[in-house]
Amino acid sequence: MDVMPKWAEVILVPLISLILAAILSALVILAIGEDPVAAVDLMVTGALGSTYGWGYTLYYATNFMFTGLAVSVAFHAGLFNIGGEGQAMLGGLGVALVLLFIPWPHWTVALLAATLGAAVFGALWAAIPAYLQAKRGSHIVITTIMFNFIAAAVLNYMLVNQLRPAGSMDPATERFREAVHLPNLHEMLAPIGINFSKAAPANVSLVIAIIACVLVWLLIWRTPLGLEIRSYGKSGRAAKYAGIGAVRITMVAMLVSGALAGMMAINNVMGEAERLVLNAVEGAGFIGIAVALMGRSHPFGVFLAAILFGFLYQGGAELALWTSIPRELIVVIQALVILFTGALDNMVRMPLERVFLAARVARAPKPERKQAAE
Amino acid sequence: MDILALFDLTVLDSTVRLATPLLLACLAGLFSERAGIFDIGLEGKMLFAAFFSAAIAAMTGSVWLGLLAGMVSSMALSGIHGLASITFRGNQLISGVAINFLAAGMTVLIAQDWFQQGGRTPSLIGGGRFEPITLPFADALSGVPFVGPIYAELISGHTILVYVALLAVPGTWWLLFRTRFGLRLRAVGENPAAVDTAGVSVVGLRFVAVGICGILCGIAGAYLATGLQAGFVKDMTAGRGFIALAALIFAKWRPWHALWATLLFGYLQAIALRPDIIEGALGFKVQVQLLDALPYILTVVILAGFVGKAIPPRAGGEPYVKER
Repeated sequence: MDVMPKWAEVILVPLISLILAAILSALVILAIGEDPVAAVDLMVTGALGSTYGWGYTLYYATNFMFTGLAVSVAFHAGLFNIGGEGQAMLGGLGVALVLLFIPWPHWTVALLAATLGAAVFGALWAAIPAYLQAKRGSHIVITTIMFNFIAAAVLNYMLVNQLRPAGSMDPATERFREAVHLPNLHEMLAPIGINFSKAAPANVSLVIAIIACVLVWLLIWRTPLGLEIRSYGKSGRAAKYAGIGAVRITMVAMLVSGALAGMMAINNVMGEAERLVLNAVEGAGFIGIAVALMGRSHPFGVFLAAILFGFLYQGGAELALWTSIPRELIVVIQALVILFTGALDNMVRMPLERVFLAARVARAPKPERKQAAE
Repeated sequence: MDILALFDLTVLDSTVRLATPLLLACLAGLFSERAGIFDIGLEGKMLFAAFFSAAIAAMTGSVWLGLLAGMVSSMALSGIHGLASITFRGNQLISGVAINFLAAGMTVLIAQDWFQQGGRTPSLIGGGRFEPITLPFADALSGVPFVGPIYAELISGHTILVYVALLAVPGTWWLLFRTRFGLRLRAVGENPAAVDTAGVSVVGLRFVAVGICGILCGIAGAYLATGLQAGFVKDMTAGRGFIALAALIFAKWRPWHALWATLLFGYLQAIALRPDIIEGALGFKVQVQLLDALPYILTVVILAGFVGKAIPPRAGGEPYVKER
């Protein structure tokens, strides 16, 4: 029996977790001798006070939407894909290969091809852990962690030994061609009279990320496959009796998850850097975990959580620039969000459930009262 | 071609040094996972301990106080992990992820606040570091052919924590397989309901296991910052916690095998630092990235069950709900 009404489950629990994380973060800022109110003020101005700030916030949010969706889809199948980082690295490799070796005439076709390349590479990188989980029972958390490290080694090898232009010391590919330059928000919004910052990296990938949110919502809640994924995630055994194949669902969910994580590369590699560098992903794969947990694995929740983390990232960068608070504060906030919304979920939930149960017992008519109290 | 060069004494010597933190962290994970608590937060605990041991050693000038601070700080993170995964029956993997990030962020934040050196501690000097110990007769025996150099260079001349780590292997074996506590600890990771029925506290045992894990991770971190290197730098664990996790699976959750696995992975790290030796010995160049990735690749192969199956403790990862 569900003790809590749906609104409490969807809004109240994450909100309380978020407030707890915020209070602890404020204490951390106090402890290092800074003013939390001034810090929040600076973060808001830096991240949301100008189109430049918004451009960075949305750029980061685009990354986190992809990785957050990736983690969410796996969560729905009861799988914990911790390998978003590695899948996004490989996605970057896919984008780079597609853009470096084929002379695309226009960015639109290039974007389609790059998205495909990123998705295929990301999905392939998730496929091996998925297969090992499905067929050999190897724990997917451990294998995906290992694959993150292997991905880092693969990328290092490709950049240092294969893709680096002759004579360059920098482990990075050469710049992509001018023709595949993705329009940024300035170029997109100028025709309709909005003067968006030229320097900010947010670009057309944001639109793709939002489309991905909608498509994932359709997949999970409006298709038979989504139903199968969710049933398998709730109870593998019950799903088996219903004739849902464990191998197929594990593979499909992980392939979709890996593809989504890989697709992040159209934003950071194609849209922003316009070449593949060694640390292109910058931990966005891991932030996907926090985003998925906070967004309760729902695409709309992921969308909101991604924007929140985009704000935190841009705001954190501003803090590091203007105060003595290092950027690592964001890592701490991220850890606290994961801790409270993920691991300590029951700490928030148990007392709340007790409150709602008591309220229900008080409201119930007499004969039912005894039953509900049990 | 000189295959023997691959087992050069200097390489083996650095193997022992590089394997030590892996071994300590691996045994730490062994206690936790044998009791049914998955721990992917080994990395974070080591990092936390590395920072606090270096920071306290730098401030007090005493490496022993540093070691103590390392163990206490690592146990504090263990406490969070225990609270989340035992008391509140949360997801142990997510808790581990959170702990890793918490350590990665907090260490730099506090280091910057305390020392203002860009997230590092000052270099440790004098009593702030563990010094190498020369074992008895090392100098006298070094002239003896074959055995002498091995004793003098390979076995002697490490810091005390290296010997602590090596002694922890039989210690762990004895505790787990020859004491009542060990039997119960292993039982709680296989079938907690049975332990509960016998009237032993599942929660208590698991907290003890997680606590031991914290102590060992603390020593591992302290060794990194005060033995292997002289001070803390940002992210200095560099994935060692995950290699230790890999070694744990490689060893199939057994103490002696953990020693061999971590020595193997330590050797891979040591040889990766000497590409000249590899090229000289094998006659061709081995990509350094391949050597970096090898522990992880080997672990995936082991996990896949192609070379003997790695079966984790049966109740691992599942919170225990007492029957009413």
